[in-house]
Amino acid sequence: MSDEMVTSAKPGTWNDLRIEIIIGTLLRTGVILAAAVVLFGGALYLVRHGHEIPDYRTFHGEPESLKSPKDIVHGVFGMSARAIIQLGLLLLIATPVARVAFSAVAFAIEHDYMYVVITLIVLAILSYSLFSS
Amino acid sequence: MNTLEFTGVVGLGSLLAGFLGALTGLGGGVVVVPMLTLLFHVDIRYAIGASLVSVIATSSGAAAAYVREGYSNIRIGMFLETATTAGAIAGAAIALHVSGNSIAVVFGLVLLYSAYLSSRHREAHGPHLQSSKLADKLKLNGTYPTPDGRQPYNVTGVPAGYSLMFGAGVLSGLLGIGSGAVKVLAMDQAMKIPFKVSTTTSNFMIGVTAAASAGLYMSRGYVAPGIAMPVMLGVLAGSMIGAKVLVKANVKALRYLFAAVIVVLGVEMIVSGATGKL
Repeated sequence: MSDEMVTSAKPGTWNDLRIEIIIGTLLRTGVILAAAVVLFGGALYLVRHGHEIPDYRTFHGEPESLKSPKDIVHGVFGMSARAIIQLGLLLLIATPVARVAFSAVAFAIEHDYMYVVITLIVLAILSYSLFSS
Repeated sequence: MNTLEFTGVVGLGSLLAGFLGALTGLGGGVVVVPMLTLLFHVDIRYAIGASLVSVIATSSGAAAAYVREGYSNIRIGMFLETATTAGAIAGAAIALHVSGNSIAVVFGLVLLYSAYLSSRHREAHGPHLQSSKLADKLKLNGTYPTPDGRQPYNVTGVPAGYSLMFGAGVLSGLLGIGSGAVKVLAMDQAMKIPFKVSTTTSNFMIGVTAAASAGLYMSRGYVAPGIAMPVMLGVLAGSMIGAKVLVKANVKALRYLFAAVIVVLGVEMIVSGATGKL
């Protein structure tokens, strides 16, 4: 199989495939980890607040403590169930970001500097979104 | 309904959404927002926040499986992500300045369009298409596996595809969906990329696009843990089951059924939005 790849593909494609397998593992691990944290926080949340009546009909916006990564981590240390769920969601959001960061390194190893720059642009936009608050 | 019951029914609904979304290839996100707003009367901003999170989960989960097959083109994906992420930020910014009811109307129109796209026939591209200069420069041409070994393909229509991708990003940031239908349209129709490469690369990009707007939604307080938790876990589990069943199921009949459901939801969203009920 590697034979036909080398002959019919451009140089670098074999590395691309290996990199993609690493990326696949990275994504899977991120999602499983995030789901586990959300599940744990969710169970805690239901035990504590399961019998309250939720009101999502009108928009209040979540409190400050559930908005920024710093405050969420702070809440997790206080064993706040909602903060633990948010931490899991943050991990989930971070998963594709980690994938982009890893791709930048992978392109640098391949000496494809045009794509290092393109990848860093994507990373910059993502960082703006995560840390602009 | 107390929190326990709310979590249970939303979780089950999300499971079904993720299951059908994976089977039909349309993604679970498109039905999560209508389900939450029309059925459970959740404010559309909370619904979008929860949907975005579930979109990242399914995209990353499915991409992990796809990349091993060697279909997705990482350079095409990364290059177009500069357009989708910038679009997503723009979409999330627009969402701040328009009412929930107008968002609902746009959402309904996109649902109708997605249903139309999914019911249309796809034609295969000729294998020896002339590649454009821009595609050469950006190293977008690649190879993909076929029964006769890896086949090379060429890419064209880069500016048109790039613009469509920006639009897909705006819709994703505004509506909290993956915009997979528009992404595939850009790659399949405008750039003439083989269909299997388009769908897998699109799926790969959806998570990154959604992450760009999800960060903003979270910092605005639009991501409510009590809603996002059952939605994310439900859609993720549903899409994983869906991907397993996919091989055996009669997808064609299901595709039409799901398209019909989407049409109904689309009309409902437009009517509710236009009459100011959301």
